[in-house]
Amino acid sequence: MTNTTLDHRATPLAPGTDAPDFELPSTPDQTVSLHEFRGQPVILAFYPEDWSPVCSDQMALYQELLPEFQKFNALLMGISVDGVWCHLAFAKDRNLHFPLLADFEPKGEVARAYHVYRAKEGTSERALYVIDANGIVRWSYISPVGLNPGADGILRGLENLGKGDGS
Amino acid sequence: MSTTQWESALTLPVTEARDHIQGPAEAAVTLVEYGDYECPYCGAAYPIIKEVQARMRDRLRFVFRNFPITTSHPHAEQAAEAAEAAAIQGRFWQMHDLLYENQKRLRDEDLRAYADELGLELDSFDKELAEHVHAARVHEDFMSGVRSGVNGTPTFYVEGVRYDDSYDLGTLLAALERTAS
Repeated sequence: MTNTTLDHRATPLAPGTDAPDFELPSTPDQTVSLHEFRGQPVILAFYPEDWSPVCSDQMALYQELLPEFQKFNALLMGISVDGVWCHLAFAKDRNLHFPLLADFEPKGEVARAYHVYRAKEGTSERALYVIDANGIVRWSYISPVGLNPGADGILRGLENLGKGDGS
Repeated sequence: MSTTQWESALTLPVTEARDHIQGPAEAAVTLVEYGDYECPYCGAAYPIIKEVQARMRDRLRFVFRNFPITTSHPHAEQAAEAAEAAAIQGRFWQMHDLLYENQKRLRDEDLRAYADELGLELDSFDKELAEHVHAARVHEDFMSGVRSGVNGTPTFYVEGVRYDDSYDLGTLLAALERTAS
């Protein structure tokens, strides 16, 4: 397999790192902060842009898997640099019922904090984080930007939370 | 390294008892598809698979498993359950073909008409669909796909390893022939 994006893939925050806190808009009049979810696992799915074909498939798959994530009491949030109105239209069109956060202003600030900003494109990597109930990164993964990473990694990451895997 | 990579491989092995299979167990190569009956890409793959089967004949074993993404495809789950209901009456592949050949007509009354066309016993078909008797099986297929790295539909596995290349006829056939020889 050739992969032209591989050469500039970033390295995500390592397991064991404190997940950087953030406050981002999820709708035109609501914001979401990471620290609000202390006490439950959080899945952060960074993706490059609303509407691009891979993103849409990936988010549809995650929507389908919400009941599985809920078995771990885990909350899923998508994050991209798109604005809230774009997210709203995207979520409505694609029937997505989990928060899409707008890392819009300052642009990509949260993606930068998580080491997944793509400065050249002005978007983020396609990256996944599983954060435990104490706000510690337990699993992270950056996928080639054009490749849908699926969900097996997230599910394994969530399962490993229960095993006290603090490595 | 803080990232983890896995080879995406089939986590639920193919078994004659559980799976919907075309082709002999001793075939040179096994192709597994995770598909959604309402997905247009799966619809596009359908005649390609038929052609591959026609060319490889007994050297290919083909397995189909359900991966309905209902978020995008509101009729996909019921269509998958209809195929499973047909399977109970020994008509899985006939229903599978009808569903892919009529992808834009997958409402409940359409599914029932296909069941009728195939001569299925309609009382039990209706009951099984209404009570979602086959939902557990479809979900088991779906989760086995998720755990095997299915990230959209169709996703193929050749000899248990995810096939990430193009599934146009020439490319897929060449990959299968390579594995078979």
